[in-house]
Formats: sequence, C-alpha cells, structure tokens
Amino acid sequence: MSSQTAATPMIDVTVDGEVVQVPEGATLLDACRTKGADTPTLCYLETLTPVNVCRVCVVELEGSRTLVPSCSRAAYHGAVVETDSPRVRHSRKLVLELLASTVDLSRASGDVKRWMDRYDVDTARFGPAAAPGERDGRDPGHHHASDGATAETVAQPVKIHDEMYVRDYSKCILCYRCVEACGEDAQNSFAIAVAGRGFDARISTEFDRKLDQSACVYCGNCIGVCPTGALVFKSEYDHREAGTWDEAKQNVTRTVCPYCGVGCNLELHVQANEIVKVTSPMDHSVTQGHLCIKGRFGWQFVQNRGSE
Amino acid sequence: MVILWGSNARETHPIFFHHLLKALHSGARLYAVDPRRTSSAQWADVWLGLDVGTDIALANAVGREIIAQGLVNQEFVEHATTGFEDYRAAVEPCTLEQAERITGVPGDAIRALAHAYAGAKNAQLCWTLGITEHHNAVDNVLALINLALLTGQVGRPGSGINPLRGQNNVQGGGDMGALPNKLPGFQDVQDDELRAKFERAWDCTIPPKNGWHLTQMFEAMERRDLRGLYVIGENPAQSEADADHANALLRGLDHLVVQDIFLTKTAEFADVVLPAAAGWAEAEGTVTSSERRVQRVRKALDPPGEARDDVDILCELAKRFGHDWGQPTAEEIWDELRSLSPMHAGMSYARLDALGGIQWPCPDEDHPGSTYLHGRLWKRPAEGRLAPFSVVEDVPPADELTDEYPVRLTSGRRLDSYNTGVQSGGFASPLRRPETLDICEADGQRWGIADGERVRVHSRRGAIEMTVRYVDELRPGLTFTTFHFPDEAETNKLTNPAWDRRSGTAEFKAAAIRIEKLEAAVGAGG
Repeated sequence: MSSQTAATPMIDVTVDGEVVQVPEGATLLDACRTKGADTPTLCYLETLTPVNVCRVCVVELEGSRTLVPSCSRAAYHGAVVETDSPRVRHSRKLVLELLASTVDLSRASGDVKRWMDRYDVDTARFGPAAAPGERDGRDPGHHHASDGATAETVAQPVKIHDEMYVRDYSKCILCYRCVEACGEDAQNSFAIAVAGRGFDARISTEFDRKLDQSACVYCGNCIGVCPTGALVFKSEYDHREAGTWDEAKQNVTRTVCPYCGVGCNLELHVQANEIVKVTSPMDHSVTQGHLCIKGRFGWQFVQNRGSE
Repeated sequence: MVILWGSNARETHPIFFHHLLKALHSGARLYAVDPRRTSSAQWADVWLGLDVGTDIALANAVGREIIAQGLVNQEFVEHATTGFEDYRAAVEPCTLEQAERITGVPGDAIRALAHAYAGAKNAQLCWTLGITEHHNAVDNVLALINLALLTGQVGRPGSGINPLRGQNNVQGGGDMGALPNKLPGFQDVQDDELRAKFERAWDCTIPPKNGWHLTQMFEAMERRDLRGLYVIGENPAQSEADADHANALLRGLDHLVVQDIFLTKTAEFADVVLPAAAGWAEAEGTVTSSERRVQRVRKALDPPGEARDDVDILCELAKRFGHDWGQPTAEEIWDELRSLSPMHAGMSYARLDALGGIQWPCPDEDHPGSTYLHGRLWKRPAEGRLAPFSVVEDVPPADELTDEYPVRLTSGRRLDSYNTGVQSGGFASPLRRPETLDICEADGQRWGIADGERVRVHSRRGAIEMTVRYVDELRPGLTFTTFHFPDEAETNKLTNPAWDRRSGTAEFKAAAIRIEKLEAAVGAGG
C-alpha cells in the first residue's frame, strides 16, 4: 500500500464576519457552506466542472469590483466574503425572477422554492406570460424583443421520441449541466450543446437532429444531472402523467449493476414492488453519479417476468 | 499511458472508460490493439489493427524491440523475475519486419508502442475477451505479462496488468470457489491442509481432486461420463460455441436441472426448472468487481410468483438430501466465508457499507483493502515467488482460413446489449437494430454484396442467414457480429469450439467463414 499523503494545508476565509477554515484548493462556495451560509446554486454540481452560467451563487468578495460566482472562485487565505449584502440579495433575486418568469420551475427542487421565498421573488414582475410562440421553429438568434406587455417564456411542446427519455425544454434553465455530463465531464459523447444566443439559446443536438440520429448513446447522464425536471426518465414521466408518481411511497435501495464487471452502484427507486427509476450515487468512487445505458435503463428484465 | 489490448471498453465497460477518458484529458496516452477500429480505438493516440489471433506475434515483437533497444528495466528483471534469458532467446527472431508480415501492423507502430510502454512512468495494460476467447488464451495473457515484467510496469500504483471482467460477479464467482480447482479465497482444493480446514468447518469430506470446468463438462457429456447437470444462472444452449453440438449434448442428458430467473433456451430442455430471484435486485449478497472490489447487492423487490432466493433453493435441496443447513442470512453466510478465506477476513458488512466496497486482499478489520497487487515484487529482496517470464509461441487460430472458408469472422459486444440478450433484451433501446454481419465496403464491392443484402454465412460447424451491413471500423477480410440476438442470428452455430486446455475458453473470436449470396437475392440497399 502507498503511504498516506500529507494532510492538505488549511486556509482562513471570512464569511459574513466569521472566520472559517477550508483546505487549500477549496472554492468560496465551500467556505460559504462550511460557515453554514445557505448559498443557492443551479448550474453547479460536485461532479461537474463549474461553468458559471447561472450566477445565482454570486457573493461579494472584498477587493473585487463585481460580484463573483462562489462555485468556481478559488478561496485564498484572508479572503473576505459577504453572502447576504443588499447587492448579493438583489442580484440573486433578479436571476431567480428572470428564470421563474420564463421557465416552468414546478419540478425544480425544494431548495429552489426555498430560495425564491427567501429572496422574495416576484414571478409576475415582467407581466403575464406571453402566448407560447414558435420558439422551436425559429432559427437561433432570430428572436425579436417583446413589447414589454407580456413576459416571453420558453414554453414549447414536450419531446418524447422513445421509451427512455422525455425532454421538456419548457423547464430548461440552460444550466449546461447536461451538456457537461454529455461532454468532457463524463460521457464524452458531445451529442448536445447550447445552440443560439440570448433568449433563443437552447439545448440542441448537432443540426437539431433527432436524438436517435445524433451522437447520443442514451446513457441518461444528462437526466441524472438536470436540476429542474426538464430531462426525465420516461418511466417517471409516465407515472406522473398517470397521477401515480408518489415519492412518499418509494424506497431507494443501493445495489450493484447486473451487467459488466466495473461495479457501478445503482439506486433503485421502487414503488409498489416496481422499479420506477434508477439513479447513481454521486458519492461513490466508481460511478460518481454516472451510468451507461444498460445500468440506467437495462433493469426492465426483472419486471418482465410473469407472476406465475 | 494505457494499452487496451483486445478490449472495446468504450462499449463493454463504459464507466471504466469514463475514468480512462479523465486520464486522457490529463495527458495520458492511449494505445489500442484490436483488429477492429472500435469506438475505443477511435480515442487512441495509436491504433494497432492486427489480424485476428496474431497477438503473440505482436507482443513478442514488442518484447524484442524493448530488449534490442536497451529499454528493459534491468533492476526489476534481475530482482523480481526468472527466466529472462530463455525469453530473450525465444523472442530474438521476432523482428519488427517479421511481426509486420504476420500481424499486418506497420513496424513503426509496433516500435512506437514498445518505446512508449517501456518509457512510461506508469502504464496500465488492460485486456478483455479479445485476448482470452482464443484457443491459446493463456499464452496470449502470458505474452502480455512478459511485457509488464520486462518494463516493471506492474505492482506499483498506476502500473499494472488488468483483465477487465465482463460480468458483475465473474470475479466474485472465482473468489467464492466456483472454480473446479479452488475452494473459496482461491485456496487449492488439492492442498490437504487447506481442504482439512474447510472439512472441519463444513463437517464433510471434500474430494481431493480438481473437478471439471465447463468445457470439460461438455466433453464428459460427449463421453457419457457426465449424465446429469445442474445449471445455475447460465444459458449454455445459446452461449456455447458450436451451438448445435452443445444443444445435442444438453438434450442427451439423463437429467437436467436449470435454476434461473428466466425460462431460458437451456431451461426449455430441463427436466426441472427452479425459478430464482434476481441476485442484484431481489436478494441480499455481495459481488466482486473487476478491481477486486467486494460490494453489497441488496433486495429492493420481492421476486415474482414462486421465484426464490438462490440460498433458499440450495438450503431446501440440501434438506431433501438429508442435511439441515437452517435458513442462514446472506450476512451469516458471508461471515462464514470470512472465517475461512483470509483475503476476505476484514470485510464485515458494516465496513463494506462504510467504505463503498473493499478491494481484496483485506486480511483484518483494520486493513483498508488493496488498491493494487504484486507490490511484493518491488521489495528488496522481492517477497515470495519471483515472477516467471514465459516462452510463448505464436500459433494461428485453430479455425484456419482456406479457399473454402477464406474470411475471418470475429465476435464481440455492442453498447446497449449483453451476452445472449436474456437481460438486455428486456428494455427498448433506441440504439438497437436487427443484428448484422458487419463487413467493410471494399469487401462488399469485391464480393458483389450490397449493404443490407441477406446472405448465407457458412462455417465448418453450420450455416445461418444474416443481413450484411457496411461499417467503417473493419479492414478487408475481417467481418464482425455479436451473439446478442440468438433468435435472429444464431452466431454460435458458426463459432469454433476449439478451446484452450488451461482456461477452458473457446475460440469465439476467430471463426473462418464463407459468405454466399442467396439465390435471387437483391441488395436491399442501406
């Protein structure tokens, strides 16, 4: 066995007036969490490289002219951070209002709802929602500014093309998590990216091809990282549509994938003796939240056996 | 540096490949040795597209180049190995020119691989069934081990030889003694002392001789020495090479018992079928992964109908045979195993839970598990038995290419499917399409066979109809298919049962075939 490496040196960071210690190499977000400051995040995920797009985790950093994204800014010894100043509150509120007025956040986590309450988010601030347009048919970048009487939204039809994925981009906040999981952070298939700019930006396959004609290999890692329910497993979607999805009645059991020898951990979400969803634990050294098509979707065979 | 030799891990071990990609993004180099330019090979810095079954010729040439250029890790060879001189003499004729002629790989690429491997600070040499599904499988493995010994790329963090296991518990099966020559913990059944330990614990007599492995069992069936068979969780009617022959033997048994979660093709021949619970979702227990990590599987579902936990079935059978084994829990059985198998002794269920699995050997409850093996070879003096070089000879595939069977067929797996499809056939994969005989376009044009055309494929064992598909990853003369869909393409009617006398594995990777146009067939286009 190799010997243990020396412990990482600790540094001092002042968060909201309190000094906390974090290991060298930690981020300001780590320091905020160490202090216990409930710091909102949307695009950030422990297993992905930060892309700094949502700006909801911003904090004031002494000596910095602008607010900084805490998820990606490296902490340094002596850093002084404010997480609840008027400027921070204002910025977080605005980010959440812009998102909530354009995107259906009904499936976002309870955390998001808590943050919206905390920052007093007014979802109607920009007026009533505009009638759904032909968003998907428009070339990226061909958006025209609205007249201001209504709030434009990203409402659009749900995409269901197979028995595995449901993509409801009415719920997409463009956090890039799916793009990162499909790309260099995990699967490296690069089947999706953000196409277009500004309000017309959207998650797209190359040349907007159908998923089964794209580079997608259906690993489901995009669904695994989606924070708003824009990407869901068909099994979950069907239950929700039928009104039978009931997380209170679900047990989650950790086991090992029945296919190859890598030893990926699976979390089986079981409701009424039926697997309704399979996820992967973020904290396991083998899988780090990711799976392949067989592990994520290949469980059906145990349920295809008759009861006799 | 990583070498993938006969492994398409991108599709067969996708999450391992995620880790590999992290290394590549951090600057590691990847060399892929494979007859096909697979989706794994497409990530490689260098792809060595050798002819099927010429692995030893290639490995010996790599070894010779390392020796000839003075790249041998002299210190390691001297202190940790035996048999170097014999090896050196044996590979002396294996020049780059000769290897290029035999393998089809340019000498420059072989040289590049030799220099990169010998010069790397750390190197992993990983293989899969492209090495082991040959009639000389063990020699193939030994040829690769020789390279690790020459360069000292073994027994250190980041350096090692690594067979990627294809099933979630194929390693665990061996760990638990499901081998004809081993008791649990790889303890030799012919060792009187070890056997006595188990006999005391189990209060029984254990025959002091090796049993038969799968392939020997089929030979014994042929001789009628074996007339009754109890099959647990295996589908030999569709997974054995030369399927027609294997099925005739299965049908000819006096008594066949099949214990499975499905009524498989094999179960259809059975006198008794014992419906079983699915080990990974309907029962408690452990499995061991490719990195020797023992992890718990847990019961999340009640099994359907009369299906029962394997342990219940075995204990009930024991009762009928006059032995009361009680109703042990999975943990009780595991704790008995820990008391008998020193390499598992430190792995309590509580520790397996807390540590996310433990890699063996783990001799006591203070031991963190072992992330790599063979570190003893770097002690000075090296501990235990020194690692022997092996002289291995290049022998071509048993299923020879002739005028009558001029085309090589190799077999493999696809990303969304698994073995005979018993499990993976259960979900509606958007990637799945009817099984095909994959060929390269140049061959198609040469043979006058269109993309999408139905053809009859003959081998020395049998013939089946298949649909041809043009693919980019094959070189002329090489064809590919899988055995995932035996109901539509019974590939194992074609494969060669010639098997390695030491491992018992058949030559699934190298069949000789002839492709015949169907009469009045028209190219369906593609």
